[in-house]
Amino acid sequence: MIRDITLGQYYQTNSVLHRLDPRVKLVGTMVYIVSLFMGTTIPVYLGAAIFLGILIAISKVPVKFMMRGLKSILYILIFSVVFHLFLTPGTPVITIGKFAITQEGAQLAAFMIVRLMLLIIGSSLLTLTTTPNSLTDGLEKGLHVLTYVKVPVHSIAMMMSIALRFIPILIEETDKIMKAQMARGADFDHGNLIKRAKAMVPLLVPLFISAFRRANDLAMAMEARCYHGAKGRTRMKPLRYKKKDFLAYLVLIAYFACILFLRRF
Amino acid sequence: MKIIKTDNLSFDYIRRDEEGNVDGIVNAVRDVSVEVEPGSFVAVLGHNGSGKSTFAKHLNSLLLPTEGTVWVDGMDTTDDEHLWDVRKTAGMVFQNPDNQIIATVVEEDVGFGPENIGVPTKEIWERVEKALKSVGMYEFRSASPNKLSGGQKQRVAIAGIMAMKPKCIVLDEPTAMLDPNGRKEVISALHELNEQEDVTVILITHYMDEVVGADRVIVMDGGSVVMDGTPREIFSRVEELKELRLDVPQVTEVAWNLRNLGYDLPLGILTQEEFIAAIKEQMGLCH
Repeated sequence: MIRDITLGQYYQTNSVLHRLDPRVKLVGTMVYIVSLFMGTTIPVYLGAAIFLGILIAISKVPVKFMMRGLKSILYILIFSVVFHLFLTPGTPVITIGKFAITQEGAQLAAFMIVRLMLLIIGSSLLTLTTTPNSLTDGLEKGLHVLTYVKVPVHSIAMMMSIALRFIPILIEETDKIMKAQMARGADFDHGNLIKRAKAMVPLLVPLFISAFRRANDLAMAMEARCYHGAKGRTRMKPLRYKKKDFLAYLVLIAYFACILFLRRF
Repeated sequence: MKIIKTDNLSFDYIRRDEEGNVDGIVNAVRDVSVEVEPGSFVAVLGHNGSGKSTFAKHLNSLLLPTEGTVWVDGMDTTDDEHLWDVRKTAGMVFQNPDNQIIATVVEEDVGFGPENIGVPTKEIWERVEKALKSVGMYEFRSASPNKLSGGQKQRVAIAGIMAMKPKCIVLDEPTAMLDPNGRKEVISALHELNEQEDVTVILITHYMDEVVGADRVIVMDGGSVVMDGTPREIFSRVEELKELRLDVPQVTEVAWNLRNLGYDLPLGILTQEEFIAAIKEQMGLCH
């Protein structure tokens, strides 16, 4: 059924990584991304790859799921490889017509592939081990500092979590409207791209109207339940750092120190 | 003290054209003065456009009266200082269960209200557990609301209100989008809450059979209260109800028709059991 779809790409299993505080994982992902840009040398990438490998092993998420994320960037990968191969000045190795593959280009392209792959797998590890909800919670609590510069962190987090709740409902509604219009002779599957895009217009109008109506109802229901922003609000499931979270921070610091050390070679 | 008291409550919807000029005024509610006893189960009946939903939204400060006053547990609903107290005292459940569930997990949704009013974490868990048990949804606490049936979702919504420990629950056609089974579930959950937790229930509906178990029925038409009494009193006045284009429960109507044919049946029969007993008595007399 359409309502059973999983949002994001959360992989349900029970590992230490799953149980970590989302804030740790958010900071960890950021640290990891920064570390990848610390240096373009083989030891740094080797260190980063080994670290990621260990994390994947701990997470108990099948490697197959990790690789799925790479599919989406396949074209970007090919694109950047081709550009780096042909457009980096240096000593030519193979010459094809006007273009030449240089030795420096080949090296840069290889680094680029490794970096992008580590980047994507590293950040998909975050979404694979964290539910969208706890991710939102982590963002809200983690970015709480921004409220001092008047960023409505709580409202943004609330919007995100409401959006997550309504995505399956709106998908189902789209499906319903589509079927109702197909029953009256609408055609969504044939014709060229422009024709199909045009067929979507009568679908979007009722969908938007109903979304606005839902938003109005929801706002009223929230007000009736005394919602008035972050002020004076308590949490049912507050985020609290536990021992393993501090340990994870220590591991992160150790990892970053390692990368800084490896950079020197 | 009366839990709810309205004094000459009137509300006008003002329709405006594109330039913002007043285009027309609709008197949605006119001169309604009602008092509700704490702990009672009151049903408000009326067909579409009778003003019953508009009336309900006044009990929770979602709408403020154009004229007249509404008191909830002694608090004036126009008083900004008591706004959250009013909403805490009189919780409101709406028609569409999908549009009032906020969280992606049942227990988190029930906890939403207590979170908003600043209840400490430990107490939120206690309240959520109690509220979910009181509507019989405790075993679904970690389920996604998307996987529940309409009746179950509506019971979760009721639990969400119960967790705020209200003295009164106002339900605006909570069963209009449910199938017959879901309707039964919700209505029996409401009666249980009313009896066991002593919560005042104000049920807005247009289904006659949901009204039968109430302590009191208020019939609205054209924005005004036209009838007010116990279900038996109200359903004794079949002709008046028909004039208002409202139905009566099926047994009541059968009994009424038989009575018109000359059988000596009492007025205002509400249930099949009563009807059967009355018929038996008649037959006993005949033989």
